[in-house]
Amino acid sequence: MSTPHPRDGGVPILRLGDVLVTGLLNELDDKSAMAFTDELTERIVSDAARGVLIDISRLELVDSFVARMLMELTTMSRLLGARVIVAGMRPAVAITLVELGLQLTGVETALNAEAGLVALGWQRMPQPPGEAPRDSLR
Amino acid sequence: MSTSETTVRDRLLDALREREQEIADRWVRLQLEQSTLGVDLGEYELREEADLLIAALGAGLASDVPVRQLVASQHELRRTVIELSLRRARAGATPTATSLAVLSLKEALLEAVQHTTADSRELFDAAVLVNRLLDAAGALSFETYVEGREEIIQRQSNQLMELSTPVVRLWHHVLAVPLIGTLDTARTQVVMENLLQAIQDNEARVAIIDITGVPAVDTAVAQHLMHTVNAVRLMGADCVISGIRPPIAQTIAQLGIDLSTILTHSTLADALTAAVRLTDQPSVPTPHAPAGP
Repeated sequence: MSTPHPRDGGVPILRLGDVLVTGLLNELDDKSAMAFTDELTERIVSDAARGVLIDISRLELVDSFVARMLMELTTMSRLLGARVIVAGMRPAVAITLVELGLQLTGVETALNAEAGLVALGWQRMPQPPGEAPRDSLR
Repeated sequence: MSTSETTVRDRLLDALREREQEIADRWVRLQLEQSTLGVDLGEYELREEADLLIAALGAGLASDVPVRQLVASQHELRRTVIELSLRRARAGATPTATSLAVLSLKEALLEAVQHTTADSRELFDAAVLVNRLLDAAGALSFETYVEGREEIIQRQSNQLMELSTPVVRLWHHVLAVPLIGTLDTARTQVVMENLLQAIQDNEARVAIIDITGVPAVDTAVAQHLMHTVNAVRLMGADCVISGIRPPIAQTIAQLGIDLSTILTHSTLADALTAAVRLTDQPSVPTPHAPAGP
């Protein structure tokens, strides 16, 4: 798998202005996680992104590997000049993480993708022409 | 041994069948005389119980289950004893009264056996058998009572758990959990689950945990609070703790518990003000502890 190119069957990374929006799916193995990290860091540089939103509302289980990956992604992105927000963590996942003692130190979180985008400076139009920029992930 | 036991058993069974009415009457009278029933059970009900139990005893003795295991493994007999003690427990009888009542059946039975034989050896064997049988029944009735009680206690503590952790919506995007009573691991779990779910459902930005009703904060309780706060933050909301009374502030400081990463207030009103201010901000980046890259 040559890295910078899109992974097979992976989650798309969308660009909204200077924000990259992506997500993680439940079936996340080590290999696809590495590929995701590679692609995301490449995209931050190539798209000159200042913010990254990672939606994890589809993740039903976060183990120490994924937790570490999220923390590393945050650090990497910060080094590349982008701010990462992890959005949409499920209650059960949050409880598990706390019980495992994984606090995701340094990772910013948001309740859902919308809140995350707002935190990244995305503004809802006062009068949305046509479609409102609401995400449909909730 | 086994042959003699069989004979004794047959003798007992005969006595039981022949003098069924007599034994039942005698037992009812004994119980009424004892007057330790603890409840008003009428003679009619007692008589009904007696008939049922004696019939079950007869059926049990007629089966080939050994006497030692008769009460434990003979289904009908066991059920009859359990029903009897449950009925009395519900009527408010003490467990002692119920088991004594069951044990007083011994006397009635032995009197009946006495009429069938005069041989002291045989009488002794019969007494041993009756003792074994009814001691087990008495113990079972006691056990049933305790089990019933345990069940009630368990149910009540579950109810208490659910009742004591309501999540209320105070403002747009602001939730509050008034905690009452001591925080232990189980309750923390329930509080956490309820709170996180409510945060998701209400899209809350701030959760206020009010600990006015928590009598004392020790290291364990503080640990549980920290866990909850961290879980709330992972969800992308903010957490404020309110209702810290002066004595509690003193204990926290004296124990050296570090709550410095948590926003705390002394009253719920202050916390609500702070929460509303937090939600008024256009964007709410969660104030995580800064991490070195």
